[in-house]
Amino acid sequence: MPKDGDIKSGIGASSKRREDIRFLTGAGNYTDDMNMRGQAHVFFLRSDIAHGTINSLDTSAAAAMPGVVQIFTGAEFEAVGSIPCGWEVTDKHGAPMQEPRHPVLAEGKVRHVGEPIAAVVAESLAEARDAAEAIVVDISELPAVVNMKDALKDGATKVHDDLTSNLCYDWGFVEENKAATDAAFETAHHVTTLDLVNNRLVANPMEPRVALGDYSRADDQHTLYTTSQNPHVIRLLMGAFVLGIPEHKLRVVAPDVGGGFGTKIFHYQEEAFCTFAAKACNRPVKWTSSRSEAFMSDAHGRDHVTTIQLALDKDNNFVALRTDTQANMGAYLSTFASSVPTWLHGTLMAGNYKTPLIYVNVKAVFTNTVPVDAYRGAGRPEATYQIERVIDMAARELGVDPIDLRRQNYVTEFPYATPVAVEYDTGDYHATMDKLIEIGDFAGFDARRKASEAKGKWRGLGINNYIEACGIAPSNLVGQLGARAGLYDAATVRVNATGSISVMVGAHSHGQGHETSFPQVVAEMIGIPEDQIDIVHGDTSKIPFGMGTYGSRSLAVCGSAMVRATEKIIAKSKKIAAHLMEASDMDVELKDGVFSVAGTDKSVAWGDVTLAAYVPHNYPLEEIEPGLEETAFYDPSNFTYPAGAYACEVEVDPDTGKVTIERFSAADDFGNVINPMIVSGQVHGGIAQGVGQALLEGCSYDDNGQLLTGSYMDYAMPRADDLPFYAVDHSCQTPCTHNPLGVKGCGEAGAIGSPPSVVNAVIDALNSGGKKVAHIDMPLSPDRVWNAINNA
Amino acid sequence: MYNFEFEKPDTIADAVAALGGEEAQALGGGQTLIPTMKQRLASPATLVSLTGISEMQGICTGDDGSLCIGGATTHGAVAAGAGVYPALADLASHIGDPAVRNRGTIGGSLANNDPSACYPAAALASGAVIKTNTREIAADDYFQGMFDTALNEGEIITEVRFPVPEAANYQKFVQPASRFALVGVFVAKYADGVRVAITGASEGGVFRWTEAEAALSANFAVSALDGLSLPGDGMIGDLHGSGDYRAHLCAVMTKRAVNAAG
Repeated sequence: MPKDGDIKSGIGASSKRREDIRFLTGAGNYTDDMNMRGQAHVFFLRSDIAHGTINSLDTSAAAAMPGVVQIFTGAEFEAVGSIPCGWEVTDKHGAPMQEPRHPVLAEGKVRHVGEPIAAVVAESLAEARDAAEAIVVDISELPAVVNMKDALKDGATKVHDDLTSNLCYDWGFVEENKAATDAAFETAHHVTTLDLVNNRLVANPMEPRVALGDYSRADDQHTLYTTSQNPHVIRLLMGAFVLGIPEHKLRVVAPDVGGGFGTKIFHYQEEAFCTFAAKACNRPVKWTSSRSEAFMSDAHGRDHVTTIQLALDKDNNFVALRTDTQANMGAYLSTFASSVPTWLHGTLMAGNYKTPLIYVNVKAVFTNTVPVDAYRGAGRPEATYQIERVIDMAARELGVDPIDLRRQNYVTEFPYATPVAVEYDTGDYHATMDKLIEIGDFAGFDARRKASEAKGKWRGLGINNYIEACGIAPSNLVGQLGARAGLYDAATVRVNATGSISVMVGAHSHGQGHETSFPQVVAEMIGIPEDQIDIVHGDTSKIPFGMGTYGSRSLAVCGSAMVRATEKIIAKSKKIAAHLMEASDMDVELKDGVFSVAGTDKSVAWGDVTLAAYVPHNYPLEEIEPGLEETAFYDPSNFTYPAGAYACEVEVDPDTGKVTIERFSAADDFGNVINPMIVSGQVHGGIAQGVGQALLEGCSYDDNGQLLTGSYMDYAMPRADDLPFYAVDHSCQTPCTHNPLGVKGCGEAGAIGSPPSVVNAVIDALNSGGKKVAHIDMPLSPDRVWNAINNA
Repeated sequence: MYNFEFEKPDTIADAVAALGGEEAQALGGGQTLIPTMKQRLASPATLVSLTGISEMQGICTGDDGSLCIGGATTHGAVAAGAGVYPALADLASHIGDPAVRNRGTIGGSLANNDPSACYPAAALASGAVIKTNTREIAADDYFQGMFDTALNEGEIITEVRFPVPEAANYQKFVQPASRFALVGVFVAKYADGVRVAITGASEGGVFRWTEAEAALSANFAVSALDGLSLPGDGMIGDLHGSGDYRAHLCAVMTKRAVNAAG
């Protein structure tokens, strides 16, 4: 393959991110930058109690406060639909999950700290906040359900009175394999058992959430400007399920969005409120989340408690794997909450290995905490962490090399049907491991360890593989699994008369660089400069019905739609060119933006053809329509399966327990790569978040359901000086076999692949220092590591 | 944030007069007070900014050789200008981030006496004198517990006077989220003995580790600390570390400070 930098434009070029010019010069247009004539502001009065019955809510004094436009409580929304969950999971007995109503504003009870109780719309935010303080709320506090184990006990306080228990579902996968899996454990030569916690995280995008609702009486048109990764999904969920607004009367705009990481996929109460209130108040209504509100209202991520067991035969072949997981849903089901611990997690439990028998049990649990949903990786990091930690532990117990143990169990023949219902189309796990060993300079590790020891530090090397299912998702498959939406995407390629192109895409860019990388594909296909092509995204009134950006799907799914639409453009433009050159379109070739007829000196430029399409004076009007605009929808036939091998080298200070990351290496197989620089950037950011989870981040509640990590004073985000320079490589490429670009997706890999190697490295370091530590739960903060050292 | 009046006097006298008003509050760099007000956890009627008072600005050397720092001097200015007391300049250069250091002041930090702040350790270990508009207070008398000081209502720290030690060092082990001191140890060696002050650790706020001081005064070497430890009882225990962990870090950081002070 060509090296980075060899290619100057089109597919494979590290074209500079054109959108960064506006982001870096303050010219971005974020939702909070928008202000409308007559705009009012809303302040949400949020519960400071985790669980309680609302006895009364007196807004009379508040309503008389200066500047107040209107005050809303749950009563105003009783006739309004529930904030919906987009995925119905069926439990192991065939019954549907328990699905509580999720009101826009609390109805009768509060169920987590931060739940909105009332909303004050006023002329200014300060006046709204002043009035909110004058609302008299009488709540009888109930015992809070915080710990999942306690929540599942008989007689536990219920988060939702109308449900039978706090168990959302008890999911078994694959149920038919359970008996055989258990039997394999009975006869296994060795069983490794690991109890672990996948720590609860707060996504913390740089831009907090914002919603601005607008309503036009003139044409009964609602518009919601919102910080979303998927405006059409919001239009569908909010319009159809919550507010009952027909789609042609509802426009959703997600302009520049400052990071999403999953938490901006979901439909939130504040969006429904601002849309509803704009009509009720007959003026635009705006909400901008404070950082404190974000901590207690943005959906959290992860929060699994798991026991995993790996069974091996006498030759160290994996013979069976089983897991038992409790997954925290929080107080309500967020948009994709139910799918994360099931179909995005259980289906990945084979990892990169040919384990023949796998059984996954997941109990999803309601608690009096903020709803939990997808966060960068969503289910796949939880799967990867379990698999790669238990393998490392097994290697240590058996006294074998952790790389050798992995290699001997790799899947090597493709396609490979796993025992957990997915089929890997392609991959080469030995190749990424070979590359990792090279870029991570494993050969030099012993010398580096000695140098660390000379400084009184313990050095550890941790490695892991990962695989993820991306390019989400085949609609017919996910429909069978309970998804309440299709997961195709769409693109419209609009060629203008002079040959420039606007591509309207269903994907949404909020850091991924689509505005740069998508045009590279079209430029390559037609042979015109990238700057002749612009991407339009984020506005349901401008783009075709696409499902947005998450699950590393944009290029694999929406990019494929764009390729299909461009192919239609090329086919039609060849017909026009054939007419202009008086040739058969079968003989017309398009190369470097010029149409020619094979074997002749006839040629016509791209711009001449596009002009003819719009000025059809000399044009085959009897055969084809004028104009040059095509739309394609693309529904993938399978997931894509990015995979790779990661390595982390740490130093542990035995006196303090402080861990520093000295080296981090990532060898990824993303299939074909459009823009290597952007791919590297995606991996860099993902690793930062994975390292954050492994070493720093942990959302914590006390027994009363109070959020202990409600600000950056206590919630530790990774900073630049927590991270080393990475060695990132994506030259191992086994192209996806079923999408036209052969791409797999790179957005989540870093966050999925990095936590296990960090933890494996720390465990390795402690053992090198003579401390027989088998496991430490994330985040590996200094005090946890120090305690592990002292208890070893 | 609630509405408030804002005054920015030019002289200490005018500031003292302004602070005599009802619910008036002195404002240094605002690195604690402003966020607290934004969260509506404080609601002074009047803020009296001390940053416009030129007689409270700057760094100089006193007749007795001590380092005198105006109460409204920013951390950034101390980091750049306290070269005669390198350990203090180094401490100032690691408070918060550049934005914090460009606004936050030594007087504000000492008046607030956050149990995890850095300056209290330096002031106590140096036997500094906290000079106010009415009196001079020895550091040993000044710190009275978490967020508690000897300052009276309306009293302003106008200057802090640091005797310059023969050797000194500050070792900060940061709390991972806030990067305040989980434990910070300031060791200062003077002709008449060694002082060790510890911030971040104790429920009682900054304190002197007298046992370590005695050992180091006899022998200013890391080995003098062998076998010395503090109890975990009375130490802060929270998400970021137990009392026992903090007590352990006190000993580790003290050794490192002695080693670095050489």
